[in-house]
Amino acid sequence: MKAIAARRHHRLAPVVLLLLALLVTGALYAVLAPSAQSAPAPTEDDVVAGEALFQANCATCHGPNAEGREGAPSLIGVGAAAVDFQVSTGRMPMQMNGPQAAAKPPQFEEEEIAQLAAYVASLGPGPAIPSDEQVDPALGDAANGMALFRTNCAMCHGAIGKGGALSEGKYAPDLSGSTPTEIYEAMLTGPQSMPVFNDANLTPEEKRDIIAYLDVQQAGSPGGTDLGSVGPVAEGLWVWVVGIGLLISLSVWIGAKSS
Amino acid sequence: MSADKPTTDLTTSSTSTSSVEHHGDHVPERFENPGLPPHVHRMGDTDPAAAKRSERQVVALFTLSIIGTIGFVVAYFAVPPGETVASMRLSNLLLGIGLFLAMFGIGVAAVHWAKTLMSDHERVEARHPQKSDPETRAGAIAALSEGAADSGIQRRSLLKGAVVSAVALAPLTIAVPLVGEVGGDWNVSKFRHTLWERGRRLTRDPSGTPIKPAEVTRGSVYHVIPDGLREADHWIEEKAKAVVLMVRIDPDQLTEADDRKDWSYEGIVAYSKICTHVGCPVALYEQQTHHLLCPCHQSTFDMADGAKVVFGPASRPLPQLPITVDDEGYLIAQDDFNEPIGPSYWERLK
Amino acid sequence: MSTRATTAERAAGGTADYLDQRTGIGLAVKNFARKIFPDHWSFLLGEIALYSFVVLLISGVFLTMFFVPSMGLIEYEGPLASMDGVEMSEAFASTLHLSFEVTGGLLMRQIHHWAALLFMASIVTHMMRVFFTGAFRKPREINWLVGFVLMILGLGAGFTGYSLPDDVLSGNGLRITDGVVKSIPIIGSYMSYFIFGGEFPGEHIIPRLFTMHILLIPGLILALIGLHLFLVVVHKHTHFPGPGRTDRNVVGFPLFPVYVAKAGGFFFVVFGILALMGGTMTINPVWNYGPYDPSPVSAGAQPDWYMLFLEGSLRLMPGPGWEWVIGGYTLPMNVLIPAVVIPGLLFTMLALYPFVEAFATGDKREHHVLDRPRNAPVRTASGVAILTAFFILILAGSNDLIATHFDLSINDITRIFRVLVIALPILAFWVTKRICLGLQRKDRDLVLHGHESGRIVRLAHGEYLEVHTPLDEYERWTLVQHEPRRPLELEPAEDERGVRRKGYRRDAIRARVSRFFYEDRVEPVTPAELAAAHSHGEHDALEGGAGGQEQIEASQAHDTQPAAGGAVAGRSARGHDARDR
Repeated sequence: MKAIAARRHHRLAPVVLLLLALLVTGALYAVLAPSAQSAPAPTEDDVVAGEALFQANCATCHGPNAEGREGAPSLIGVGAAAVDFQVSTGRMPMQMNGPQAAAKPPQFEEEEIAQLAAYVASLGPGPAIPSDEQVDPALGDAANGMALFRTNCAMCHGAIGKGGALSEGKYAPDLSGSTPTEIYEAMLTGPQSMPVFNDANLTPEEKRDIIAYLDVQQAGSPGGTDLGSVGPVAEGLWVWVVGIGLLISLSVWIGAKSS
Repeated sequence: MSADKPTTDLTTSSTSTSSVEHHGDHVPERFENPGLPPHVHRMGDTDPAAAKRSERQVVALFTLSIIGTIGFVVAYFAVPPGETVASMRLSNLLLGIGLFLAMFGIGVAAVHWAKTLMSDHERVEARHPQKSDPETRAGAIAALSEGAADSGIQRRSLLKGAVVSAVALAPLTIAVPLVGEVGGDWNVSKFRHTLWERGRRLTRDPSGTPIKPAEVTRGSVYHVIPDGLREADHWIEEKAKAVVLMVRIDPDQLTEADDRKDWSYEGIVAYSKICTHVGCPVALYEQQTHHLLCPCHQSTFDMADGAKVVFGPASRPLPQLPITVDDEGYLIAQDDFNEPIGPSYWERLK
Repeated sequence: MSTRATTAERAAGGTADYLDQRTGIGLAVKNFARKIFPDHWSFLLGEIALYSFVVLLISGVFLTMFFVPSMGLIEYEGPLASMDGVEMSEAFASTLHLSFEVTGGLLMRQIHHWAALLFMASIVTHMMRVFFTGAFRKPREINWLVGFVLMILGLGAGFTGYSLPDDVLSGNGLRITDGVVKSIPIIGSYMSYFIFGGEFPGEHIIPRLFTMHILLIPGLILALIGLHLFLVVVHKHTHFPGPGRTDRNVVGFPLFPVYVAKAGGFFFVVFGILALMGGTMTINPVWNYGPYDPSPVSAGAQPDWYMLFLEGSLRLMPGPGWEWVIGGYTLPMNVLIPAVVIPGLLFTMLALYPFVEAFATGDKREHHVLDRPRNAPVRTASGVAILTAFFILILAGSNDLIATHFDLSINDITRIFRVLVIALPILAFWVTKRICLGLQRKDRDLVLHGHESGRIVRLAHGEYLEVHTPLDEYERWTLVQHEPRRPLELEPAEDERGVRRKGYRRDAIRARVSRFFYEDRVEPVTPAELAAAHSHGEHDALEGGAGGQEQIEASQAHDTQPAAGGAVAGRSARGHDARDR
């Protein structure tokens, strides 16, 4: 922070400030826009509507009482957070059986998702959907978030959350398109292969720090295009394609006779 | 090349086959090298306007380089990296493009100059065999034998032995202290022991806070370091050996060896996080299958079944850390690992 | 030069005189200034390597001004939010400092790393060129070995530099190195201590790697580059086959001015491309990986591309059952085979290939005209097979990225690659050899029958023929210049008096190797065959007509327009001069 204070009067400070303001605005927008869905507390009507939706869309696999079937887990006690994560990212309802349910455009309206969540939450106590404040990256500490991410998340999701492979065709998805709420819910509920990070393992503040770290990544790389941020393999590919490719083309030009 | 056989008297086929067999009475066995093809002139060689055009292009390219250098210097002063990622990227981009133009301009200009304006007549230079001619060789041998005779090395065998021994032994003055000191204390038995001991608490990595069994809910995974790690001597080496991964597994899904029944606590198992293959931290825990995958070489271990290898290049299960709880209800180790953690080495079982 | 010398010319003359009186440099200038170098794009591949090395030296010197090779821990304060206030080694902190707070530092760092990747990539392509054109043959076997050692040193330079920032990614790379070193029988544990000065990671490894990286390895590379280039000058550069080019001459352009401009210019081109890459493409973003800590690891844990084959080799090896315990001592074959044995075999094959081929040909002559790869089918196929093996290993080292980018199972990919790494090189050998032989047949066909002109003529008796234009002698020469290489004949085991000959076994092995190399072959067209093709062909009726010259003209008259036929005959007559001796 000292470094920032020292440069407060720099002639480019206004430009930097403007950029920062733009970034913060963008970040705030990203945080606030999707979180509108979780605002009102669920009512009894929501639970009833949710049950109807559940019977029509989910009961075939998860059972009429959400007790679970072969290959589909019981939803009693998974909480509203799990439903909100699975349905709002389009993972549920599942389109087809595969190594894992993939994210796709959500199949339900926000209101319907809230109703489904209310119904499932009513079946047994489970993690609730986080509040806006819990997932606000501006309140988190990105440096602490990075340390936690590195120990708990990077082995699957990659150093800055660009995703990675698991066994037998499963994978840890790219997090750059995920909203802070989704990231929080995923940590809390441990969807599919992902382990659960309960509040004793990563406190709510620590989860927010991780969200802040991932949010910082939206600014991109200081070095230019990030080449997918998947590590040295991509760099190796590009040195052959761009480096050797361009230089061999130029060598051919140098070696060719002029007309 | 078989020499001066005229190529003109090509005969009819009936004789040509036999002529090959007779080593070319009429037809040479091989084609003759026709020599350099006639030189093809470039546009610029005959058309002064084209040459002038090339010259202007070369000048333009050098000018581009000058613009690049100026741009680089301007960017250096006007666009410092600043405090944000965007400003760092801009600084790097402008400097990079300036340097690119500065260098690439010179390079392309020089090559274009060489290609279009310098003579493009191919020249021929003779090669000579690498080996020296017989006189030179004889001279070299004579010089060596004369020198050897002067030194008297062949006659004085004691001297020969002395010089060889002295020169061979002298490097020891460098090698002995180097080898002696470079490996630290050379005490490789340290591989066997970690910081874990009876009663040492399992704590979260990196915060170092202790863990209660109730906090390890089903499906969650804890990255664990021993309590008091940072106070240890050589804590980073100790951390490299002591890191542990801890999960809770449904008792009905957990398979335990008979001699390890009391190594887990209420279905909570703790295994070394250091791969038995070549030592990467194995950390990709898939909670549905209880498989633990190494991102380096994809060794896969089954956490529900003694961390046995189910896939990949590792050949041994991960060492298990026996755990229990202390009086305050925090998870503690019962003992150190019962085998060296990490990759295999020669004297591992000794 | 005009008699009225300008001031500049007088100054230059004065300097030259000063130098010559003290160094006798005039002789060197006289000998070298107009030395001939042949021109071909593929001869520039080695120059890319040389120039990336120069760029590495320049950018590396810049980096050493700011880098602190220390593993002492400090708390970093800097502009990047995710790094501010984090405890890290001085090496990592100084890397962040020179990247973010030194203007132009990030550019230099990225240029340095891109140049390192390019250095290795150009060494490999240069080696491929030398291999496939047979440029390693006598007298250049020693220079092949020098180049081979340079490649190994390049790997060492890359590896030591990659680890210097002390980040999580390279730290785990060092840990893998430690694991591989420990697997070596008897001395493994001690070698690990030797490298790390005690247990991994210790606090010595970064300073040690730094000394290797900035002093020892570049010093050796520089010395060997000197030797490499010295030998190039001594041998004079090879040239591709073509009219007027022989083993006794070198055809090309003079060093001064053409090569000074082209090669000198190419340095700036290489530097420019590297600057463009450094300015626009992120490389090794250590600030994403974080300072080294033995606990974390990130997905996509791979080394730089030139070490990827080792990573792939380690990934492919099945583990269970391969850890052998002999007399209580552990022999981890699951590490030794992929990390020591397989790379050892591949590299040994590469280093010794020139000697194997020389053994098979029994050829003791000097070769300065390159081979067209098709004219050495077994060599080309062997090279492709080795490259295929390396390529599969590189893909295996990237199997997690293949899995995520192509929606495949990493386990399936690994199982498939385990088969392919053995099967595909063999298949590649066979296919490449067939392709080479096919191309040679195509060359023969072209020489014998000429180019298809697309013009169809109808003969008097109603037959349709496509007119073929014969090759001119310059084009033809390139296709027929190579010597037919035949397997060595094995002399009988006993001489006329029935006494067993000395060295028969060696000769028997040699004959077998030679047969492997040259049994399947397509020999170049001989003048007799060409004459036969012209006289035979579809026009047997004309056979036995007048003498050779008329014979050709007569048959040509049917095949093509008479002018072309005459031209061929005329040039054949000129061949009498035998200019190329």
